[in-house]
Amino acid sequence: MAIQQISVFVENKPGRLAEITGYLAEGGVSIRAFSISDTTDFGILRLIVSDTEKAAQVLHEAGVAVSITEVIGISIPDVTGAFANVVQTLAAAGENVEYAYAFLTPEAGHAYVILRVNDNEKASQILRESGIELIAEAAITG
Amino acid sequence: MFFQKDAETMPRAKIREIQLERLKYTVRYCYENVPFYKKKLDDAGVTPDSIRTLDDIRRIPPTTKADLRDNYPFGLFAVPMKKIVRIHASSGTTGKPTVVGYTAHDLELWSDCMARLCAAAGATEDDIVQISFGYGMFTGALGLHYGLEKLGCAVVPNSSGNTEKALMFMRDFKTTALVATPSYALYMAETAKKLEYPMSDYHLRLGLFGSEGCTPEMRTQIETAWGLFATDNYGMSELMGPGVSGECEERCGLHINEDYFLAEIVDPNTLETLDEGETGELLVTTLTKEGLPLLRYRTRDISRITYEPCKCGRTFARMDKIKGRSDDMLKIRGVNVFPSQIESVLIGMKDVSPHYQLIVRREGFADTLEIRVELSDTSLLESYGKIEELQNRIKHNMHTVLGIQCKVSIVEPNTIERFVGKAKRVVDLRNQTEEKS
Ligand SMILES: [Zn+2]
Repeated sequence: MAIQQISVFVENKPGRLAEITGYLAEGGVSIRAFSISDTTDFGILRLIVSDTEKAAQVLHEAGVAVSITEVIGISIPDVTGAFANVVQTLAAAGENVEYAYAFLTPEAGHAYVILRVNDNEKASQILRESGIELIAEAAITG
Repeated sequence: MFFQKDAETMPRAKIREIQLERLKYTVRYCYENVPFYKKKLDDAGVTPDSIRTLDDIRRIPPTTKADLRDNYPFGLFAVPMKKIVRIHASSGTTGKPTVVGYTAHDLELWSDCMARLCAAAGATEDDIVQISFGYGMFTGALGLHYGLEKLGCAVVPNSSGNTEKALMFMRDFKTTALVATPSYALYMAETAKKLEYPMSDYHLRLGLFGSEGCTPEMRTQIETAWGLFATDNYGMSELMGPGVSGECEERCGLHINEDYFLAEIVDPNTLETLDEGETGELLVTTLTKEGLPLLRYRTRDISRITYEPCKCGRTFARMDKIKGRSDDMLKIRGVNVFPSQIESVLIGMKDVSPHYQLIVRREGFADTLEIRVELSDTSLLESYGKIEELQNRIKHNMHTVLGIQCKVSIVEPNTIERFVGKAKRVVDLRNQTEEKS
């Protein structure tokens, strides 16, 4: 149930983010979820898009540094402590969360969370066993 | 391979004898034909008759690029224009360009010099050689052009630019040798990889590189990308163009055409002559030039000379690859920094590309050095930690090599300008107000 994610290197200069997202729009790729984090020099933009291959191609042709990785997605109820529970479950099993980002869902009362962990398969299994709902790529991109 | 074996392998004593005879001739020739030199020598109290040994050259004041500029365009020519058959000019990065003139005899000896160096590097009459230096006022392309023709090679005068077409000719002609700057040779390899043709469609076996420095690491990259044997040659338009010195197949220094050029190494600050094996600025006196003879020309290039005979059989002295230009030499917080040192650190690292830019600023009373490099390993995007680790690794290696702290900025791939000619990688903002971008 892994989900394809694109990471993009973005230099911290005015208009660069607009340019990069512009390439995607021109390529007819729509962004379903994203996170951006930065230092003073550069940022890394992480995207879940409607068509990963197309997005990678469009960005690569524009000379943008991209890499594709697999992440996992979960659906958690909108209640206090839900995310803490996920992280604790993974930590207890020795799985580290490298980064995570959440976004709204069409499903009322729930949030989707994208998780980057060391071992997708192991983490998925642990989460499933703990009754946490994993989501398929199609649930986001479809 | 030799082009003029007798000259290239004569005993050292014979070389010195020829040099002394030609030095005496050249000093007199300058004194009698160039008013600038008459004055310079008179002021220094040097008469042509007083040059009796090779060491007497030390009494002659050096000639600088500024002297050429002050006498722009033809003031230092030693012959009337009717004897001049070719004029070249160097790129004037600051002020007027420097102009050089050649007599027919000068061109003849130039192509001999070049043919010797190309043969020493391994070129033969069977080679098809593409020249990817820009033609025009620059001496590089035409210097190699006539030397290679004299050697009997088939010359493809492609010039620089339109890289894809150049690559097409290289595939279709089965071109075996390439003349280019090292950075352009790398750029061509990058372009070739982007095209749909396999690298096995290219048949380069020999690279004759020059016009800018090439670190061992950069050379390895070029050799790996093209599967060729890379050699360096050296010269500058003021002295003639390329053809002053070049590597033989042993690649243990660049053989100087000593019967045409007398080379010295001096301390760039005091101008004192340094001993064999010491590193300093290269000074060159032309020994046979008619159009523009130069006495003790300050090349601003930092090198070292050895007079030990070479395994290849040549007895001509060998100079080290240029360590840096004293013009490019950056003094940062009192430390001498050569861009070539920075390049050697970067090329040893696989996660960044060899293209870089240096920015020197003055913040308060302290100089700062920023090194901008392109990220090439995109798998590092998985975590900040890895990119920061890379930044710290570069910083650490730079500190080890340069002895100063610097700032390292990782930038997007293909955003640092590729240079076809001499790479201008240093932006010195210390005496300017920086525009905020
Ligand atoms: Zn040799």
